[in-house]
Amino acid sequence: MSEDNKDLMLNIDSLYVEYRTDDAIVKALNGMSLQIRHGETHGLVGETGAGKTTTGLAIMKLIPDPPGVVVSGDIQLNYLDVQKATEKQMEHVRGSVVSMIFQDPMTSLNPVMVVEDQIAEVFEQHEKVNHAEAIKRTHEMLELVGIPAERGKEYPHQFSGGMKQRVVIAMALAGSPGLIIADEPTTALDVTIQAQVLKMMKDLKDRLGTAMLMITHDLGIVAEICDKVSVVYAGRVIEHGTLEDIFDRTRHPYTEGLFNSLPNLRDRKAMLKPIKGLMPDPANLPGGCPFHPRCNYVMDICSTERAPRVYRTEEHYVACHLYNADNIQQGGMIQRD
Amino acid sequence: MWKYIGRRILALIPVIVGVTLLVYFIMSLAPGDPVKTILGEQATPEAIESLREEMGLNDPIIVQYVRWFGKLLQGDLGLSYKSKDSVSMEIASRIPTTLKLSFSAMTIAILFAIPLGIIAAVKQNSIIDGASMFLALLGVSIPIFWLGLLLILLFSLRLGLLPSAGAQSWKSFILPGIALGFHSMASIARITRSSMLEVIRQDYTRTARAKGLPYRDVIQKHALRNALIPTVTVVGLQMGALLSGSVLTETVFSLPGIGRYMIQSISGRDIPAVLGCIVVFTLTFSVVNLIVDLLYGFIDPRIRAQYS
Repeated sequence: MSEDNKDLMLNIDSLYVEYRTDDAIVKALNGMSLQIRHGETHGLVGETGAGKTTTGLAIMKLIPDPPGVVVSGDIQLNYLDVQKATEKQMEHVRGSVVSMIFQDPMTSLNPVMVVEDQIAEVFEQHEKVNHAEAIKRTHEMLELVGIPAERGKEYPHQFSGGMKQRVVIAMALAGSPGLIIADEPTTALDVTIQAQVLKMMKDLKDRLGTAMLMITHDLGIVAEICDKVSVVYAGRVIEHGTLEDIFDRTRHPYTEGLFNSLPNLRDRKAMLKPIKGLMPDPANLPGGCPFHPRCNYVMDICSTERAPRVYRTEEHYVACHLYNADNIQQGGMIQRD
Repeated sequence: MWKYIGRRILALIPVIVGVTLLVYFIMSLAPGDPVKTILGEQATPEAIESLREEMGLNDPIIVQYVRWFGKLLQGDLGLSYKSKDSVSMEIASRIPTTLKLSFSAMTIAILFAIPLGIIAAVKQNSIIDGASMFLALLGVSIPIFWLGLLLILLFSLRLGLLPSAGAQSWKSFILPGIALGFHSMASIARITRSSMLEVIRQDYTRTARAKGLPYRDVIQKHALRNALIPTVTVVGLQMGALLSGSVLTETVFSLPGIGRYMIQSISGRDIPAVLGCIVVFTLTFSVVNLIVDLLYGFIDPRIRAQYS
């Protein structure tokens, strides 16, 4: 592992995060682990409330505190220990080493500031250039994401949703970070605009050689853009592998459920097969494997013990009691239709 | 923009009519006779009757009102029953005092309230937050006249630092300014805190932090301006509170302002004087409201877009 760490952009190791309110302790992350290499696109897939956004915020060290508390675990961001970093260090890192594209472009821009000033701040902050120079660079940035430079003088409310997200993307790219965290960047957009924005992100990412953590619940986006995929359930990665591993050599019943719940385009009359039950309340997680109450292959051990990781290849692993070193290679424990 | 301002000024006319009509009726219904107040209790019935006729008080109230309003349209507020001088002159001579009082009160209020509100929000649930919100609670709870008397007791009688009455120099406005401004300070601080708390949780505040801006810049450059809209609203409303508060403050500190003049005129049944003060107060409040609405547009481009 230590050899590999050299080209790691991000290494999260068994991270536990809780939101402690008066009513309950919400366990958002329960042993989250992630590795992203330089220039790689990593998909983080899961349902709402699985802890995807919390993971992103933890990397930025922007988990609202209170109520958020990082209980234990390590985050190495390009050799920087995020947990031990001072606020001053993080200010330097945010925007220049790692930046984040938030889910809702409608609310993530300051409504009382013209967009070019909002982007220019990144240049002023990290490259210590004067305002005129920053604006010049901003105009280049705007052109790069397909917005005419002269529209920089406008306010966010004069932009459409897709345009706003382009502005946010320009802002995230401005500091040429090594890692971009994209938190469901297209969820709030129209389907037609989604494809445009996604394509643009992919092109820019490839051109600039940036690594990306693509947080999404959309398997279509994952197939389109990601190199590696981690499937998260209740704040923990339950299956991880390359795009092909996850799509073609699926092992975990939950991942299988995700695929089965997609509509079948060849047979329009086929019923959807949703995963039964609901995402567990993170304030009150079931014991053992948190997925066991919804799992079609549940065994006695599932409700008492958390499943260890079983590796199929060096990359592809699954955390499920169905598997051991002997049967992981051939799979076939679950029926795929 | 100018069209909007023009529309707003036109809308003032029905407001003035409504307010003065209401006050006119209330004053006519109130017990006490202005004529008796002028001539004294010993006046003969004939003298009273002839003066009533002369002043037009025997006409129906609505006729009296229309006559008064006609003069108002020509800029004439009539003659004071008591001093026989022009009400306009009486008010004009008192406006500077009330303006100075309101200005010092508002300055004191804003100067303390906004930093206090911001600090309380940024350091939510800290001792500073608790202390400033306790101060704000005191501010909204303590009556102006009582605070005024306490201030006089301490600073004028005990310490002899500041004058307790009159309007001789700027020093005369410090104590009344504090007494009057304290209440507004409390309201403004509370609203600044709560709107700041809301803005701090907004996505764009998080975006600003994600850019790597220092927290201080995030608050000053991004959060504050967004938090100002509710604050400006309350500042505008507090201008109204200052006008009514000036009535009490000017009485406690014996300041020769409009508020005190109105109180004296009400007890003397000096209807033209009371109405004159009401017109001035109504106009001031409406103009302040208009300024507040224009300020919204200045602060928030989305509102500005609606004006044109």
